[in-house]
Amino acid sequence: MSAIEKIPLEQTELLRFITAGSVDDGKSTLIGRLLHDSKSIFEDQLSSITSTTRKRGMEGVDLSLLTDGLQAEREQGITIDVAYRYFATPKRKFIIADTPGHEQYTRNMVTGASTANLAVILIDARKGVLTQSRRHAYLASLVGIPHLVVAVNKMDLVDYSQSVFDGICRDFSAFAERLNLHHVDFIPISALNGDMVVERGDRLNWYKGTTLMDLLENISISHDVNKEDFRFPVQWVCRPHTEKLHDFRGYMGRIESGAIQVGDAITVLPSGLNSRVKEIVLYEGTVAQAEAPQSVTLTIEDHLDISRGDVMVKTGDLPQVSKAFDAMLCWLSEQPLDPARKYLIKHTTRVVKAVVNRIDYRVDVNTMNQESSDKLTMNDIAHVNIKVQQPLVCDDYQRNRATGCFIVIDESSNNTVGAGMICTPV
Amino acid sequence: MSNRPFAHLDALESESIHIMREVAAECANPVLLFSGGKDSIVLLRLAEKAFRPCRFPFPLMHIDTEHNFPEVIEFRDHRAKELGERLIVRSMEDSIKKGRVILRSETQSRNAFQSVTLLDAIAEFKFDACIGGARRDEEKARAKERIFSFRDEFGQWDPKNQRPELWDLYNTRTHSGENIRVFPISNWTELDVWEYILRENLEVPSIYFAHEREVIRRDSGLLPVSRLVQPDVDERSEKLTVRFRTVGDMSCTCPVASNAATVEAIIAETAMTRITERGATRMDDQTSDASMELRKKEGYF
Repeated sequence: MSAIEKIPLEQTELLRFITAGSVDDGKSTLIGRLLHDSKSIFEDQLSSITSTTRKRGMEGVDLSLLTDGLQAEREQGITIDVAYRYFATPKRKFIIADTPGHEQYTRNMVTGASTANLAVILIDARKGVLTQSRRHAYLASLVGIPHLVVAVNKMDLVDYSQSVFDGICRDFSAFAERLNLHHVDFIPISALNGDMVVERGDRLNWYKGTTLMDLLENISISHDVNKEDFRFPVQWVCRPHTEKLHDFRGYMGRIESGAIQVGDAITVLPSGLNSRVKEIVLYEGTVAQAEAPQSVTLTIEDHLDISRGDVMVKTGDLPQVSKAFDAMLCWLSEQPLDPARKYLIKHTTRVVKAVVNRIDYRVDVNTMNQESSDKLTMNDIAHVNIKVQQPLVCDDYQRNRATGCFIVIDESSNNTVGAGMICTPV
Repeated sequence: MSNRPFAHLDALESESIHIMREVAAECANPVLLFSGGKDSIVLLRLAEKAFRPCRFPFPLMHIDTEHNFPEVIEFRDHRAKELGERLIVRSMEDSIKKGRVILRSETQSRNAFQSVTLLDAIAEFKFDACIGGARRDEEKARAKERIFSFRDEFGQWDPKNQRPELWDLYNTRTHSGENIRVFPISNWTELDVWEYILRENLEVPSIYFAHEREVIRRDSGLLPVSRLVQPDVDERSEKLTVRFRTVGDMSCTCPVASNAATVEAIIAETAMTRITERGATRMDDQTSDASMELRKKEGYF
């Protein structure tokens, strides 16, 4: 019996995207426009921002106020952190990670980007491709966002000129060739007037592509998750010890990638022991197969010693099991990396002690140049080699996000101080 | 292998189950806050999906203002019993008797004072993590809050000093005395919650459905007449067909005019509605533009 086949509701897909750009690029106005034109703004929100617009001595409705969050930010007129927004159309549900684009906020963009299917990079048509546009594109490629949309905004201020738009597309593409980007789309828009956001408007008739909303609603995201390699990090072992289920031993977790069927041969790592899937248990009952990103409970044929942190994979499709690996590391903390110290790394469901063995080079996110460095401070991104106390079961991040990412935790402050993407296990 | 899109409710559900299991595995002594409201009803189903056939690896707890709707309290007890899980109730009345909460009047809204009783209960049971049903679409301070949200020894939230939260890798570490609030349905909207209630065929308290109730028109909303709310001299009460979109303190939770008598009708109404959940129903959120932010900084849920 399958729970999924019984759903009576119209089901729509969920798309998570991030917007990158500075306040001046009209990012808040764009988000406000998407929410407003998709009728996702409520009357009380609209009346609240209308009165705030008036209080600030302006006329009409400043849609950018919709994404203003905390009192501290409103007082200073800035955005200090990642905020999440929700809207839906009949075709899809959307989650926007709204991140500020200032120089010092690499950490916020990496945070917002880590769960995104798509990034919208805003470029001011008057200014063209700036250093920060390059930085945003680089970060999007580093974090492996599958789809990139370059929205050339403020077309109204360049007379909706096709040649301005074409020039920006050329500049950006020339630069993007150096990056590992899967797919880039360009759209000319005016967030202020609404052209090519949800409605086409009648001032950009030379542009034959889709509107931004059209693209968000239709871009294929079903391949964003790795469908080939079955990876199942064990989160929790369920042993009910009841009379009826006194022998039941269920391995609970989420299928991070790939799919599994009852009877499949599996290998448990890092131990390397083999068995077969006996049952795939859901709350509703058992099913014959399951796939990422389902949360399930698995039982296996043999009695093996398996606990949280172990990873089940299909026999014959093995990831790396490694105590040392190269990674791109983004430093998130005001306290610089101390290579002499031990840190904790959380990778899938495993937490291990680690040291940064070596800093190979630091990346200047503005020029993409590699420079040698013996320290890492907040917002730095570097290619490093890391040694861990117990082996990690991992894949290359660009092949498998879920088993290639990790966070670094400072044991004394308990803060999350770094975010890493595993390159090639060595 | 299928190319069937992974539908949004399935995606949200799986994310929430994953979060619950992370709490259970990494926190020493978690608790699930259950109020009898729709969001925590969804949490309980997610906990069933996360942990059955085992028992929940945490008890349930309700902070009772004793200004709750009787239908909701009845439902709370019935649901906990049905699940066979342990329910802890801590009453604000006790905090008042101990002098920990001082109210200006008997009928004053008790919503903001729940923090005191909650923090006392956390200290009493030494809970290191409280699982709650808050959603980011509810309010703008929530929109900026992490799924794993840290509180210092005084239960306070510091919005400018939140731990970065990347991928699905949650940092659950705390120092002794600190506390985490975990919000597994952070990414759900009000509509998602109702769609899930329909899909899972979940029972909810009767006051969510349209019923006749005596109300007073006050400010821009309706207030239910109860032992706590009586008409002022220049007001008169009237009988209207209403339902509640949230359940909270009787003194400040307003119903909306509605004929929605089924979950399907509520979904249709929610999809059409033009006013946010808290804007329509919570007087305590309308006192200032930053009400929630201020309350959260004081240790609120």
